[in-house]
Amino acid sequence: MPDTFAASGLACIRGERIVFEDLDFSLTSGSALLLRGPNGSGKSSLLRLCAAFLAPAAGALTWNGTPITADRDAHRARIAWAGHLDAVKPAFTVAANLAFWLGLAPGGAALAVDTALGPLGLGHLADLPAAYLSAGQKRRLNLSRLSGSRAPLWLLDEPTSSLDDASARALLAVINRHCDGGGMAIIATHQDLALDRVATLTMAAP
Amino acid sequence: MSPFLAVIARDVRLALRQGGGSYWTLLFFVLTVTLFPLGVGPDLALLARIGPGVLWVVALLAAMLSLDRMFQADYEDGSLELLALAPLPLELTVLAKAAAHWLTTGLPVTLLAPALGFLLAVDVTAYPILIAAMLLGTPVLSLVGSIGAALTVGVRRGGVLLSLLVIPLYVPALIFGALAVEATLDGLSPRPHLLLLGADLLVALALTPWAAAAALRLNLE
Repeated sequence: MPDTFAASGLACIRGERIVFEDLDFSLTSGSALLLRGPNGSGKSSLLRLCAAFLAPAAGALTWNGTPITADRDAHRARIAWAGHLDAVKPAFTVAANLAFWLGLAPGGAALAVDTALGPLGLGHLADLPAAYLSAGQKRRLNLSRLSGSRAPLWLLDEPTSSLDDASARALLAVINRHCDGGGMAIIATHQDLALDRVATLTMAAP
Repeated sequence: MSPFLAVIARDVRLALRQGGGSYWTLLFFVLTVTLFPLGVGPDLALLARIGPGVLWVVALLAAMLSLDRMFQADYEDGSLELLALAPLPLELTVLAKAAAHWLTTGLPVTLLAPALGFLLAVDVTAYPILIAAMLLGTPVLSLVGSIGAALTVGVRRGGVLLSLLVIPLYVPALIFGALAVEATLDGLSPRPHLLLLGADLLVALALTPWAAAAALRLNLE
C-alpha cells in the first residue's frame, strides 16, 4: 500500500515573523515534491518542519493520516536528511565518513560503503582524507549517504548546489531510482530538476 | 558495532586526531599544576596541604577547556542534525559523547594525577583514594559539562559563558573529591566523601542526558 505524507494548514513563524501560512501538500510513495521560491520564502523551514526539528505554529504534518508528532521515533526512522551542511569530518577518510553514517542508518545500511560511494562517483577517492575534498566532492559524499539509506522520505535542501552537471545528473538518477522503488523526496531547489514524477510547490516571497 | 559504541568510538578518534585537542588538554593539566610549586615556592608542607585541592581545581579547568568541542564541531558541520535524526535517541547520543569526552580528558587526567601529586609532595598513601575519587568525580565533570556545552552550542566563542554555566554545578564534585583525599591524609575515613561523590555521579548520570538533549533540540529548531 502506498504511503502518504501530507501537510494541512501548515504555518511557520520564525523570529516573530510569519514565514508562510495555510500551506498544504500531499505526497505519495513514488513521487517527489520540488519546493521553489525566492530566498526567505521558507523552503528550508518547511524541510525542518518535515523533519520535526521545528514544530509548526499551526496545522499538522501527517504520515498515512497520523500526525508525525504521535510517534517521533517512527518518523525519525523514515527520514534521510541532507541539509545545507555536509556533515563531513576532515580528519576521517571518505570511506570512514560514510561508514559512520551508514552504520547509524535506520534499519541498517542498504548498501556497503564501497557500493554507496559508486553512484556519485566517489569510489576512487575512498581512502582519501576528506580534508582534501572540494566543496562539490564534500556535497557528493554527503549525498552518497542517501544511496545507502533505507529511509522512505528524503529531505534535501538545495542538493545540486556546488555540483557539476554530471554529478547533478547522477544525483537525479539516484533520486529517480529511489522514487521508482516507492520512496518519496522533498527537495528545496532553485533549479529545474528533471525528475520523472514530480510536483512543484511554489512558495511566495515573504 | 552498536550505534552507542559507534558514536563513542568516533568521538574518541576525533579527539585523538591532530587538532582534536585531547593532548592539549592534558598538557594544560600538567603545565598548570607545575605552575603552583613555581608560584607558591618550594615549601613542601604548604604544597602538600594544598596539593589535593590544586589537582582537583586544575582537573576541573582542563575538563572545561575541552567541553566546547563536545557538540560544537558537530553543530557547525551539520553532523548534529544527522545525529538527532539517527535511530539512537538523542539522550543516548549525549551520554555517548560525554563518555567519549571522559575517555579523552577525565581518564587520562586521573591517570596523570598521582605523578603530579608527587610534584606537589602529596603523601603517597593518599594516591589510591586520589585515583578512586577522580574516577568517581571526573565523569561528573563530563556529564554536567554536557548541559553547558549543549546550551551554548550555537553561541560563537561561547567558552566563557559555558564556564560560567558549569562552574557552580562542579562545586559538589570539587568539595567531596578534595575532601576525600584530605581526610585520608588526616587519618580519617574517606568513605563518606566517596559515597557522596558516587551519589553526585549517579544523579548526573540520571539527569544530565535529558537536560542536554533538550537543550540540543532547542538549538536545532
